[in-house]
Amino acid sequence: MRHTLRLSLLAAMLAVSTACVTINIYFPAAAAEKAADRIIDEVWQLREGAAAQPANGERQ
Amino acid sequence: MKIHAMLRAAFAALFLAFAGVAAAQGNLEINTPAITALQQSMQQRHAQLAPLYASGAVGLARDGTVALRDASSVPLAQRGQINGLIAAENADRAALYREIARANGHPEWEADVRATFAQRWIDRAQPGWWVQGGGGWVKK
Repeated sequence: MRHTLRLSLLAAMLAVSTACVTINIYFPAAAAEKAADRIIDEVWQLREGAAAQPANGERQ
Repeated sequence: MKIHAMLRAAFAALFLAFAGVAAAQGNLEINTPAITALQQSMQQRHAQLAPLYASGAVGLARDGTVALRDASSVPLAQRGQINGLIAAENADRAALYREIARANGHPEWEADVRATFAQRWIDRAQPGWWVQGGGGWVKK
């Protein structure tokens, strides 16, 4: 009986903490842009094997 | 006391959850086997697509896909092959956006990932390639 109570309390705490995280998280736009650039470098062979760096001013 | 163990577990869970958030804000995970395989497949296909971007037959669309822009610039006999290339590329791209969202634990980010890629493909397109803007196709 007490064991069940404890388990459900723990489950409730976990649920609450997960819910907070889910609400607070937003799409990391800057990180996504960096990831996109790294993949585009590879697919279009713009920088052979080089580590990701900010795009070199190729914006229109 | 049992209550202490419970509290410790709860704090550990909270800590892990926030560590996950911090990691998500720094870099997106793109080093998974699925993403690497898609990247390689697209890289190989690019050798065939690059001349089509340059001729204007194929352009980079606003929605993160590639599209047949000017069918008349392609001989009739080749159109089927080019449509196949475009379909294969768009299938890889859709899978790539889905996999990136999934690899980062947020499948619901797929549309945001797609929008980010759409913008970056267009920003980084080479001069002479056609890209789709708000008002239609433009040559870079």
